[in-house]
Amino acid sequence: MIRVQAEDFDPGAELEALTKGNAGIGGVCSFIGLVRDIADGERIGAMTLEHYPEMTRRRLEEIEAEAMRRWPLEGCTIIHRHGRLEPGDRIVFVATASAHRRAAFESAAFLMDWLKTNAPFWKLEETGDGERWVAARQSDDDAAARWADKPASE
Amino acid sequence: MKLVYFAWMKEKAGISEETVNPPATVTDLGQLVDWLKERGEPYTGMFQNMAAIRAAINYEYVKIDAAVGPDDEVAFFPPVTGG
Repeated sequence: MIRVQAEDFDPGAELEALTKGNAGIGGVCSFIGLVRDIADGERIGAMTLEHYPEMTRRRLEEIEAEAMRRWPLEGCTIIHRHGRLEPGDRIVFVATASAHRRAAFESAAFLMDWLKTNAPFWKLEETGDGERWVAARQSDDDAAARWADKPASE
Repeated sequence: MKLVYFAWMKEKAGISEETVNPPATVTDLGQLVDWLKERGEPYTGMFQNMAAIRAAINYEYVKIDAAVGPDDEVAFFPPVTGG
């Protein structure tokens, strides 16, 4: 399940929706990304996320399908917010459900690494010196690359 | 051909999208960028450093030598920073 929205979400309700009625699920792994108040040593007042809606939808559908292909998942939820967010606000939610924990842990990490480098979002930070666009990080590219040749787990 | 811009590309362009009609000799993305730069600012500034720019055609990431046609939607933007 994929959603891109301006409004906040309720992680508990999302986990409940993901697992409800499926007793074949033995484990759920979730990750929530939050807006930090410090970035590169500077205090952040707020952040605005811009995205490319039609392309975002396609890329998220693609990566959800890829995660389901690589791991034996019973379900997965990806929620990404856009618009203006303040420190402490939730940005992104990823949850994966599987019969066993390993598939849930690995696929959640895969989804986040992939989101960072392929989902067409851009962050504009508000600092004391004005606004600045966040630059992409090599470490994020490296994190995504480690999944490139990794076969599906057992 | 529809062009769309995001993040600082959009700020430099002063608009988020526009429709352009390049000549038939423009058949790939590199030629499109060269044609835009010939028109002067804001394009010369926007496309000054191609290493800092990524592109998509019809919502798929592409390289600079990708083929492009009049019915395509071409997006230019800096490397993405989601998640």
